[in-house]
Amino acid sequence: MTARGSRFAGLGRHLVLGAGAVLMLLPLLWAVRISFLPAEDVFSPQFHLLPSRWIGFENYARALTASPLPRFLLNGVGVCLAIIVCQLLVAIPCAYVLAKARVRGQWLLWLAVLVGLVIPPAALALPLFIMAAQAGLIDTYAGLILPWTISPLGIFLLRQAFSRVPDEIIEAARLDGLGEWEILVRLLVPAVAPAIGALITISLVAHWNDLLWPSVVVTSASKATPPFGVMLFQVQEIGSDYGPLLAGAIMIAAPLLALFILTQRRFLDGMAWLGSK
Amino acid sequence: MSVLVVRSVSKSFGSVPVLSNIDLDIDEGEIVSLLGPSGCGKSTLLRIIAGLEFADAGAVEIGARDVSRLPPGARNIAMVFQSLALYPHLTGRENIALPLRVRRMSRLQRILSPLRLSASVRTIEREIDDAVDDLAARLAIGEVIDRVPARLSGGQRQRVAIGRALVRDSRLLLLDEPLSSLDAKVRVQARDEIVQIQRSFGVSCVFVTHDQGEALAISDRVAVMLGGGIAQFGTPAEIYRNPASLDVARFVGSPTINCLEGIVDAQGRVHTGGFLFDTRLAEPVGRPVTVAVRPEHVRIGPAREQPGHMLRVVRVEDHGHDGLVHLALGDGGALSLVARSAQAVALRAGDEVPVSIAPEEALYFSPAGMPLGPEPVRIADYARG
Repeated sequence: MTARGSRFAGLGRHLVLGAGAVLMLLPLLWAVRISFLPAEDVFSPQFHLLPSRWIGFENYARALTASPLPRFLLNGVGVCLAIIVCQLLVAIPCAYVLAKARVRGQWLLWLAVLVGLVIPPAALALPLFIMAAQAGLIDTYAGLILPWTISPLGIFLLRQAFSRVPDEIIEAARLDGLGEWEILVRLLVPAVAPAIGALITISLVAHWNDLLWPSVVVTSASKATPPFGVMLFQVQEIGSDYGPLLAGAIMIAAPLLALFILTQRRFLDGMAWLGSK
Repeated sequence: MSVLVVRSVSKSFGSVPVLSNIDLDIDEGEIVSLLGPSGCGKSTLLRIIAGLEFADAGAVEIGARDVSRLPPGARNIAMVFQSLALYPHLTGRENIALPLRVRRMSRLQRILSPLRLSASVRTIEREIDDAVDDLAARLAIGEVIDRVPARLSGGQRQRVAIGRALVRDSRLLLLDEPLSSLDAKVRVQARDEIVQIQRSFGVSCVFVTHDQGEALAISDRVAVMLGGGIAQFGTPAEIYRNPASLDVARFVGSPTINCLEGIVDAQGRVHTGGFLFDTRLAEPVGRPVTVAVRPEHVRIGPAREQPGHMLRVVRVEDHGHDGLVHLALGDGGALSLVARSAQAVALRAGDEVPVSIAPEEALYFSPAGMPLGPEPVRIADYARG
């Protein structure tokens, strides 16, 4: 009786969870559906759950040929890579000093990081645009990358992680004769690897999907990142042809999805690690 | 020859003085404990010796070289930390090898060594590997040397930490309460291991602990630190039997030494609330004196020549091989004593028992806490003797 009871309870649990998952995935599934619909089905008065005729990957082919989508993807990879590398190069030493050094005026720096953390990026778009314009960075890769090289969130996350490394480990390393840079690179960075992983993930998602800043600073399609490129392409080429549009959207989301599925365990570990701190 | 000399070192954190005028002198191959309650400055002193803190005044000499201004890495010392501080993502082998790699290879060689480019680096790597294997075998951790610290037991971790400290042939090994993270049973075993390892490597040790049993058991000499100064520096026997002050007598010994307040009479004898100590103190009549008696010197049973007192048993603690008897005179608790006795088991709370104390086994202190004696023991002779 209890075995059957628990089986029913298990079934119930899975039904609830499954329904939740489907609900979450519904917009994505809808996008996938539309990306396979021929143009006449999208606006036809009758509702077709499945395409009335199979057009295969025609919408995908159109998305790829009607716009420089591969170029957008390449731009996205390059810009995100540059941003993340710069963020780590800045955040790791900065966080180390904030966590472990005893420097006069350190609290002021920490305060600046916290202030930076609470200001929404959108609020900075205008001043950043003016600065970029004056520096002649409009419609350049540098204009896309430079404003995001210092990440208050990154400094904050890594500072918290470094604070958790016992001082005794650093002292032992000093006794062993290691220099400060070597201590940082060889001992502390591996010790906070989960936090670095989490930072990379957060940063990648934020900048890959960023629409606002590219739309401010980029004017030509050759420098566009994927979401902004797709938007350009919607307005200029396709108009309201939703099939190819959603095919494009799915293709720009796919790399992140694939990355997430491949690194799912590490990603969740990193997030759990952040949550447990 | 002295391996370590600390000369009038003082240190304060902000306006709080932590150490004042510390002098210490440690010989070749000696184990010296810094023993004191928490907050007495013993860890700070160790950190000053290591170079992790700098003294405000005074000097530290290691092997006849003034190292006061040198960074920790340049002092040729090794340290085992309270938490052991093993590098968590490196294996035992890599942990032990790291100090050797730092010494034998340049920074560039260390960075490039995984590429296995140059023959000379490969030779150095092989030598380091051999040295680590050798040491691991001597420490009996050869089997587990390639595991990361998380997969080692407490005792194995400790041996890896000691290995990392010993591998560079330092003449001075500093240990900061390395046993406090172990449970009681492993602790005694680990303590014996440290002594054995220390003897077989012949390295001098400074061992910080707040556990007096530990300090007395393993040390050649103990520096008792109270309130930021060294209250007494001597052999364990000397510290236990001839404490330099009432504070030392109270701090060392478990349970705490019994203290009785008394007055000196015309013959130099001391009268306390219940006992007369028939001694010959060279003190003026009427002078207040504190008499301190170790629990093992409080005798239960009919006295032979001393006039015994009838005291009431308040509580008995049976420790197996012997026991502690808590005694009191009268109901108000005007006088209370703790006795260590093999007959403790036979006693019950409420019993009245005769108690005596031999005057020559008691210690006498002035109101300022300085030792008094009919025939003062010369501590310096005792220590060297």
